[in-house]
Amino acid sequence: MATPAQDTVELARRIRAHCVRMTHHAQASHIGTCLSMADLLAVLYSEVLRVDPARPEWADRDRFILSKGHGAAGLYAVLAERGFFPREWLATYGDDGGRLATHVVRYGVPGVDFSTGSLGHGLSVGCGMALAGKREGRPYRVFVQLSDGECDEGSTWEAVLFAPHHGLDNLVAIVDYNKIQSFGTVKEVLDLEPLADKWRAFRWGVREIDGHDHGQILEACRAVPFEAGRPSAIIAHTVKGKGVRFMEDKLLWHYKSPDAEQLAAALAELGEAP
Amino acid sequence: MRTTFINTLSELAATDERIWLLTGDLGFSVLEAFHAQFPNRSVNVGVAEQNLTGVAAGLASCGKIVFTYSIANFPTIRCLEQIRNDACYNELPVKIVSVGGGFAYGPQGYTHHGLEDLAVMRALPNMTVVAPGDPIETELATRAVCARPGPCYLRLGKAREPVVHHDRPAFAIGQAIRLRDGRDVTLISTGGMLADVMKVAEELAREHKLEARVLSMHTLKPLDEDAVRQAARETGGIVTVEEHSVTGGLGSAVADVLATMDGARVRFRKFGVPDQLHHQIGSQTYLRSVCGDLAAAVRELLA
Repeated sequence: MATPAQDTVELARRIRAHCVRMTHHAQASHIGTCLSMADLLAVLYSEVLRVDPARPEWADRDRFILSKGHGAAGLYAVLAERGFFPREWLATYGDDGGRLATHVVRYGVPGVDFSTGSLGHGLSVGCGMALAGKREGRPYRVFVQLSDGECDEGSTWEAVLFAPHHGLDNLVAIVDYNKIQSFGTVKEVLDLEPLADKWRAFRWGVREIDGHDHGQILEACRAVPFEAGRPSAIIAHTVKGKGVRFMEDKLLWHYKSPDAEQLAAALAELGEAP
Repeated sequence: MRTTFINTLSELAATDERIWLLTGDLGFSVLEAFHAQFPNRSVNVGVAEQNLTGVAAGLASCGKIVFTYSIANFPTIRCLEQIRNDACYNELPVKIVSVGGGFAYGPQGYTHHGLEDLAVMRALPNMTVVAPGDPIETELATRAVCARPGPCYLRLGKAREPVVHHDRPAFAIGQAIRLRDGRDVTLISTGGMLADVMKVAEELAREHKLEARVLSMHTLKPLDEDAVRQAARETGGIVTVEEHSVTGGLGSAVADVLATMDGARVRFRKFGVPDQLHHQIGSQTYLRSVCGDLAAAVRELLA
């Protein structure tokens, strides 16, 4: 079992704290989804992605696309923590005239590789980036993080079909499988199961992990490509709202932003001064 | 036009390694030579236009100039949001090429008639919209689109369009080309209607002593507003001609200019496909005739 540095846990805690503050500040939705992927982001940006905050446009950097663009707060938080831009920017999340939109925006935000927000776009874009790297023999990898809900999108499956055909073993899709989408559980709305088998049937190398276990995340990310010549899919089983007990596994926190009292309670649980 | 396009693109790709060509599994007997010459920069994505456009955006974000190629509405309306978000919003050089603008696939029915594409593409911020008027303009437009930063839409006819220009005109995106001068009226044409428009202009001169100025408005966005205003001032009458719905295309773009022009007194008519669902099929020539008689429309305007 790979052992992540202790500070990935601390980083994940900080990401979560930033996210509850940011969604409170902006009165924005989607805190649940930010919390479910905080551990994935922490491990990716500490131990996996070859990126350099001093050179955000470095041609051979690993790419990361947050295809589930509504998790923007989480991405901005980890980028700020990694030094791509000042942490103070996070306090402007969603502000009038600000730059940090509540869906991922690349314009003016160092470290963001692609603007997203509408579901089902990111994996195709990742395929294009991976194809460029593959055909030109560049060393970079492309990581695309998807939500479970966006596996409803037909365009996602167009890309899932494309990547193995072109041997994109430099492409990694990570599904943040928190089992809740807009109107209810994935099972109720449009059941994805058997999800891992679907990706396998499309000829991806697939692993299922606990998306909150940093050791499992790191081990999976280090093992890519899982199969020679094939893209890799990590189905990360997660809990929506993870880390703040009253938000965990609750549909409501797909929409609601924490009020002052809830913010204080969340921060206390996350070990932060309010 | 499609042959001119692919020959020009091949020429450009030979000296510019950034150029890629992606197709959504269309272009049989057109794209093979490009693929053979540049196998590493050519991809048939399959019948999947959303992915076609997304992949193009991903490639473009890695420094490539990426052409997406398909027919009629498939590379445009079918994957509109990918164009809007992935290409326009992310400010990437994705060059969308549609073959069969208007009624080029006439017998194949409404699904294959490109009648709203100009309106839709023109509405997108950060998009350049070009519809060349003949094979010579097609070559020049292909070069210009390739050199222009950001997303572009290149709307082509299909095959065997007549050559209208006698020589290579000066060509710049956003600058109309004047093919014929006249003081009585201006015919503003976009796309493959140019040959028809020139024919009508000659006929009006010959049979009705009406001298029409003819502008090839190969770029719908950014529109050559100066040429429109000048035509209004100098000829007092404008007829826009397009193989496209009269809603949202060239006619609407020109009307926008005229409506905000100081002291304009101009007679104006949009000639194009009526904005109603149509079930007609037939040759391109036949379907164009369904739009009415251009010469008669001009005379009516001036009467």
